[in-house]
Amino acid sequence: MNQAIPALTLKDFASDQEVRWCPGCGDYAILKTIQKLMPELNRPRENQVFVSGIGCSSRFPYYMNTFGFHTIHGRAPAVATGVKLANEELDVWVITGDGDGFSIGGNHMLHVLRRNVDLQILLFNNEIYGLTKGQYSPTSQPGTRSPSSPEGSIDAPLSPCEVALGAGGTFIARSIDTEAKHLSAVVKASHAHKGTGFVEILQNCPIYNDGVFEQVKDKKLAQDFRVEAVHGEQLLFGKEKEKAITLNRDTLALEVIESANNADRILVHNETNRVLAQLLAAMSGPDFPVAVGVLYSEAKSTFTADTEAHLQQVRRSSGNLKGLLHSGHTWQVK
Amino acid sequence: MELAEEELGEHHLDEKEVVDVVVRFAGDSGDGMQLTGNNFTQATALYGNDLSTFPDFPAEIRAPIGATFGVSAFQIYFGAEDVTTAGDELDVLVAMNPAALVTNIHNLVEGGLVIVDSGAFTAKNLTKAKYASNPLEDGSVARYRVLDVDISKQVLSAVEPFGLGHKAALRCKNMWTLGLVMWLFDRDRAPTIESLKAKFASKPEIAEANIAALNAGHAYGDTAELPVGIHVYKVPKAKVAPGTYRNITGTTALAWGLIAGSELADIDMLFASYPITPASNLLHELANRKQFRVNTFQAEDEIAAVCAAMGASFAGSLGVTSSAGPGIALKAEGMALGAASELPLVIVNTQRGGPSTGLPTKTEQSDLNMALYGRHGDTPIPVIASSTPADCFDVAIEAVRIAIKYMTPVMLLSDGYLANAAEPWKIPDSEKFEPFPVQHYADPAGFKPSIRNDDTLARVWAKPGMPGMEHRIGGIERSFDTGDISYDPANHQKMTDLRHDKVKGIANDIPEQEVCLGSGSGKLVVVGWGSTFGAIHQAVKRARREGLDVSHVHVRYLSPLPRNLGDLLRGFDQVLVPEMNTGQFSRLLRSEYLIPADGLNKVAGQPFKIGEILAAIHQKISNQGVDTEQLGASREVAS
Repeated sequence: MNQAIPALTLKDFASDQEVRWCPGCGDYAILKTIQKLMPELNRPRENQVFVSGIGCSSRFPYYMNTFGFHTIHGRAPAVATGVKLANEELDVWVITGDGDGFSIGGNHMLHVLRRNVDLQILLFNNEIYGLTKGQYSPTSQPGTRSPSSPEGSIDAPLSPCEVALGAGGTFIARSIDTEAKHLSAVVKASHAHKGTGFVEILQNCPIYNDGVFEQVKDKKLAQDFRVEAVHGEQLLFGKEKEKAITLNRDTLALEVIESANNADRILVHNETNRVLAQLLAAMSGPDFPVAVGVLYSEAKSTFTADTEAHLQQVRRSSGNLKGLLHSGHTWQVK
Repeated sequence: MELAEEELGEHHLDEKEVVDVVVRFAGDSGDGMQLTGNNFTQATALYGNDLSTFPDFPAEIRAPIGATFGVSAFQIYFGAEDVTTAGDELDVLVAMNPAALVTNIHNLVEGGLVIVDSGAFTAKNLTKAKYASNPLEDGSVARYRVLDVDISKQVLSAVEPFGLGHKAALRCKNMWTLGLVMWLFDRDRAPTIESLKAKFASKPEIAEANIAALNAGHAYGDTAELPVGIHVYKVPKAKVAPGTYRNITGTTALAWGLIAGSELADIDMLFASYPITPASNLLHELANRKQFRVNTFQAEDEIAAVCAAMGASFAGSLGVTSSAGPGIALKAEGMALGAASELPLVIVNTQRGGPSTGLPTKTEQSDLNMALYGRHGDTPIPVIASSTPADCFDVAIEAVRIAIKYMTPVMLLSDGYLANAAEPWKIPDSEKFEPFPVQHYADPAGFKPSIRNDDTLARVWAKPGMPGMEHRIGGIERSFDTGDISYDPANHQKMTDLRHDKVKGIANDIPEQEVCLGSGSGKLVVVGWGSTFGAIHQAVKRARREGLDVSHVHVRYLSPLPRNLGDLLRGFDQVLVPEMNTGQFSRLLRSEYLIPADGLNKVAGQPFKIGEILAAIHQKISNQGVDTEQLGASREVAS
């Protein structure tokens, strides 16, 4: 698109609808970050389409002054695929949560990732069902007490980034609701990525699962429980960056080591390395820090671009309806 | 009423000239019966007979050789008058093995002709067909004219010069048989020879062997000393309107109708579907037609298919999805979103036997209730049904028109019979089609997604990419005035009424119901919808020939119903509704119009026979007195 895009601000992307999340919900911070990021993307506002399923996060499109389609539980990736197939020029955003995206809509998540449809998925992971009033979700930690698991949940949780990688995702990142700068940079990178940009956003639900990410969110604690993955840089963490991640070549498992005197053992993040991404995505407390940042990025042709190229090739000579109706064997009756 | 059957007793190959004939080719899945049938159909169309065909496949992809459940058949009914079904009883049965004989012989009219490959009646094959003794030798087929030829042996000698292996040579058996049947009915072999040459262009020796087999079969008829009563039959040409004709299956007609619809609407179409029998062929046909304004998307499941179609509609294209019963059930929530968000969407349901997996390859009309009511909430959508293979073309265009004009999901009902059956189609003049180009809303001044057309009640269609049209819609109830989320009680009442009135209003935009055979009032009307058209039509025609006061009304628009349908049906003393379900449409007619519609119901996975409907007509007419009294009583209740 070569047309001049008028200079827009955050306000141009805020709709006139009253925001109705609970006070203190992490979704407010995410909304602000995305509204602020929009002008920076320098794309026509009318080309932005936000598609969501059902859940607290899925109210998001109503608050964006763009095109928005609030669909049905779990199906946003399928609807978004249809939007993008109909008009490749559009910037399509899927807003989903852990229940919407990985429970009822798990199948669509799998397939949008493997197809590498050119769109962005923002997964608001609060490890709980909020809108239905607090049941445990497929990302809830075992033992989560909830109305549907009064004695604590028994299910083993899944790790969204690991599943997304396993499904063939080409861009996998993780960030935090209230870390505006980090989140903005990661989402911007996901938008620039050709293909499905998958961003897991750790989001606090102050009502039903308050503080579940406290270790990675709290300024002090996070120094020991969070590691930022930056392509080409060492994986260091701790107040004085005194700790580092290394790969034990015998067990093929990650380990935490002291960064001092271990320079040659410290892993350098390489976002093009799928195996490393899998190991980083799987890291979790208390023995490991949680990795945030762009964990994986792979240049690969997209389903939508390949479809468009195929259509253009097929349509070099456009179809003729009369010719179609008369194709094959016909006969005359006089 | 109870299903009974009368033998029509019309077709006997007694004379040298016959009005019409039913031939069924039956053999093993690997015997090439569908190819044989298609070639015979082509030759018959060219000859000038009217015709109708019905392929009957087994559910198994590759059943064990010789098994009864692996029998594949192709039936053709052709004649000098209008032919609208694939026929009741068979006049000629071609049985390539004992399994084909045992599964089909009961449909052969007494005295009919059965052609068998005696070479395939081995002890092993007889056992597989569960014959205790050879039916060709124990007198059990004595009621029929039997032409048993060792076709295998004949074929092996005919194709010997081409140096094929034993197995490849035997594959030419179907062409030998086709040659013999072509001789029997004086058909031209030239188009078959040409199509064989085209089909095997890269293997000329295979083409030549098949042609040699075809000619040898024909020559056998000419030269062999055949039993008495087996000779060339003449079937006079049908009187049909002048024009250019082709054969068309329901699936092809439906696909081409969708393509025509998108051209007339001047809009791109996304056809999103998931494979399911018997609907998949529609996906296959359209996947091959992307030079038109259609793109196909094989989704990960039925739900994704309807959702992707809806995403395309949101983006300004027309979304279409397709499935059979179980898949349509999965799409229900998506359809309701389409109705709530008021987006155009076409859902094609190629019905099959249910419930659950049911009879995937067999036909039924049992999804009518699901089409009309199968969604949560008060969610009316228009429902229309095609009646013949060629009719699928017109109905598909109509579904597209209604979906776009009224911004609503539309369900199009076809079925397994229509999908696979074929009939000659007078190709319409595509230049005379009336276009209905889509105008996406593009005026930013005071734009709201809730702006409506006062006549149609359809809301505007504004698409992404258009400046100033930014808006949000979804499944949550929307304000009538602004289109924003609204939980207001009065607004929900208003929107529910609106959705109801919008669909109801379509009745003013569809033709009044016509009587397709007979008169506008009388003693008995037979009311049908969908693929029962052909059998009802033939039965009513025969009854009228007998002088009975019977008419045929065939309903295309099932929701909303044509505005005059109630009054029209009240003009008849009795209403008979044959359906391939347990009475879904007859109950609808009763509840809508408080008329004593009586169902004639069949759920055997097979289409109605003409004789079944004719028997019901005879019974109705003979019971006239009783039923008229009942009718009077119910009219009093109604008033």
